[in-house]
Amino acid sequence: MKISLFIPCFVDQYYPNAGIGMVKILEKLGHQVDYPESQTCCGQPAFNSGYWPEARSVAETMLDAFRNAEVVVGVSGSCGAMLKVFYPEMFHGEPREAEAKALASKTHEFSSFLVNVLGVGDLGAEFPAKATFHDGCHGLRELGIKREPRELLRHVRGLELIEMKEAETCCGFGGTFAVKFPEISTAMGEVKCASIAETGADLVISNDSSCLMQIQGLLDRQGKPVRSMHLAEVLSHSLS
Amino acid sequence: MSTIQSRQFHHDAEVLTHDLRHRKLIQKALGGYYVKRDEQKAKFTDWQSARASAAAAKFEAVNHLDKYLIEFTDKLAARGTKVFWAADGAEASAYIAGVARAAKVRKIIKSKTMTGEEIHLAQALEKEGYEVVESDLGEFIVQLREEPPYHIVFPSMHLTRGEISETFEKKLGSQPADTPEELTMIARDVMRKKYCEADMGISGANFAVAETGHISITENEGNARLSTTLPRVLVTIVGIEKVVPKLDDLALLLPMLATSGSGQNMTCYNTLLGGPREQDETDGPVEYHVVLLDNQRTTLLADAEQRDSLHCIRCGACLNVCPIFKNVGGHSYGTTYQGPIGSVITPHLRGLQSWKHLSFASSLCGACSETCPVKIDLHHHLLQNRRNAIAEKFVWWEKTLFAGFAWFMRRPILYRFAAPLLRIGDPILRLIRGQVIDPVRMWTGTRDLPKAPPKSFKEYWRSRHANR
Repeated sequence: MKISLFIPCFVDQYYPNAGIGMVKILEKLGHQVDYPESQTCCGQPAFNSGYWPEARSVAETMLDAFRNAEVVVGVSGSCGAMLKVFYPEMFHGEPREAEAKALASKTHEFSSFLVNVLGVGDLGAEFPAKATFHDGCHGLRELGIKREPRELLRHVRGLELIEMKEAETCCGFGGTFAVKFPEISTAMGEVKCASIAETGADLVISNDSSCLMQIQGLLDRQGKPVRSMHLAEVLSHSLS
Repeated sequence: MSTIQSRQFHHDAEVLTHDLRHRKLIQKALGGYYVKRDEQKAKFTDWQSARASAAAAKFEAVNHLDKYLIEFTDKLAARGTKVFWAADGAEASAYIAGVARAAKVRKIIKSKTMTGEEIHLAQALEKEGYEVVESDLGEFIVQLREEPPYHIVFPSMHLTRGEISETFEKKLGSQPADTPEELTMIARDVMRKKYCEADMGISGANFAVAETGHISITENEGNARLSTTLPRVLVTIVGIEKVVPKLDDLALLLPMLATSGSGQNMTCYNTLLGGPREQDETDGPVEYHVVLLDNQRTTLLADAEQRDSLHCIRCGACLNVCPIFKNVGGHSYGTTYQGPIGSVITPHLRGLQSWKHLSFASSLCGACSETCPVKIDLHHHLLQNRRNAIAEKFVWWEKTLFAGFAWFMRRPILYRFAAPLLRIGDPILRLIRGQVIDPVRMWTGTRDLPKAPPKSFKEYWRSRHANR
């Protein structure tokens, strides 16, 4: 299968390893991986802030970038939800509505694509660690992804997965919310970090780098030794 | 420009988010709720189908208010109840004060009604010289403290037993008490007398049944039943969205409300009120008035996108799962309806520009929509409120920022060469971290920035292809 990668802007700039991990895994499974280089941002910051016309104009760049893609696989649940759920809403009644809907239907979040489309569970990965998994809200509630990352992690050799209390509770990132209401966002993050600490895990895994930016940012500030990694990094760790 | 309401919210939220005692108290209270709620949810054959059916019943009612409200009021009026249609709070309060005056009422006992809170009914009647006593224990406590309810369902959940005892000592002259039983007995002693003295009872309504013309009230303390049956005059205030088509709808809605609201299969007392005392009856009010309140509900009804907000059965489940609510507390909202539902409907009820900040104060996690027993698309409505607020009146610097953002992101070549500057700037950002000149100090005030990697994904991809 020819797979077009959707690498959101902040993953591109700050978390390239999540994207690289995804490339390694998909290629190991024998797929042809393509990366349309004209992609930039999905437009979510403007969309969530209420600036829909601005968000739409950015989104059009993505419609162009993925026009010829057969299948689009994204590394972030949140940006994936933007394409899958919010593009059709944002383009409703607009000239490019049909294109937005077409992109939505061919877009998949990474873990859901592996498990539900490719039918993969065991990637032969090995990663010795005591880990806990944080469900990113957009992946969880907009895309309904809960079982898939756990199914993939279950097969990772050496990885002990400990569920945290209220794994489904938001970490407090929320995009522009994190800087518009830093006090609330931080309090939410502190609650999340406390749940992580309770598990005794030394690694937090998520399928959303944006959540990990919030969680790791707080953990670092608190001087906690817990590290965070994207699911794709963990799964690709033992691949060359 | 920020409004008084917005500045107040920011201020109160800032205080509460740093109050670790508050955080623990609410976490503990809700921890018990989650366990009980899940036990009750498990008793439904299929909770998701139940939600769909409940939403369908409310959808039918809300989308045919013209039909069901007339059916409801005709049935009620036929049995001697006086119905009053109030366009707003002032009209409703004036009517109720008029009823009290005409019936020579002196003392009023009131059971819990959020609609009454919405229009500040108790305060309006007190101003007219009537004594108004709240008979719901939680409401009674916050009334003594001169505070608004903290939560739609649990008005005094922010208070410890010690604080309640202190309030009673100060306001009622009681002895210090520590157990819930002792505290309840203190309130009960005061209240029993008030029930007997009251000339007028005021209640809210959980549902208004069109088919039979009944008001349905669900509660745990029996206070609503006493407040509605002992006094000679009774007034029920009900929002127009509370109507349901059939009596059978209650068979589903009552257990769903109890499950979502308090983790119960059914609440302890469920009352149906059909009118004043009839000739062959020995008890019940002699005079019964039902006040139907609009107060901008029809504005919400006119918004096809967000009309489902009128499905709300005021169970408070969305507050209980909301991480914002749990950290800022109910009072910070400054609204009658707190939490996600409050953030969605308050801009419609009280003005978008004054209350839009509540729609922005959300990480859009969606826990509210997921839990809502009548399937209100709460977190998406927050996004729509944001869009509507900006379309109506944008913030100039934000508009410029996002226009610039869009201009930049529409130019992939520019992005390719300019975005890495972010990473080059990384050491400088680290140097000025948290200072006034730090452009990202809203982040770095409490959190570290991610470490910039040596190469972006785009650079990795290009170098990989160059090497092939």
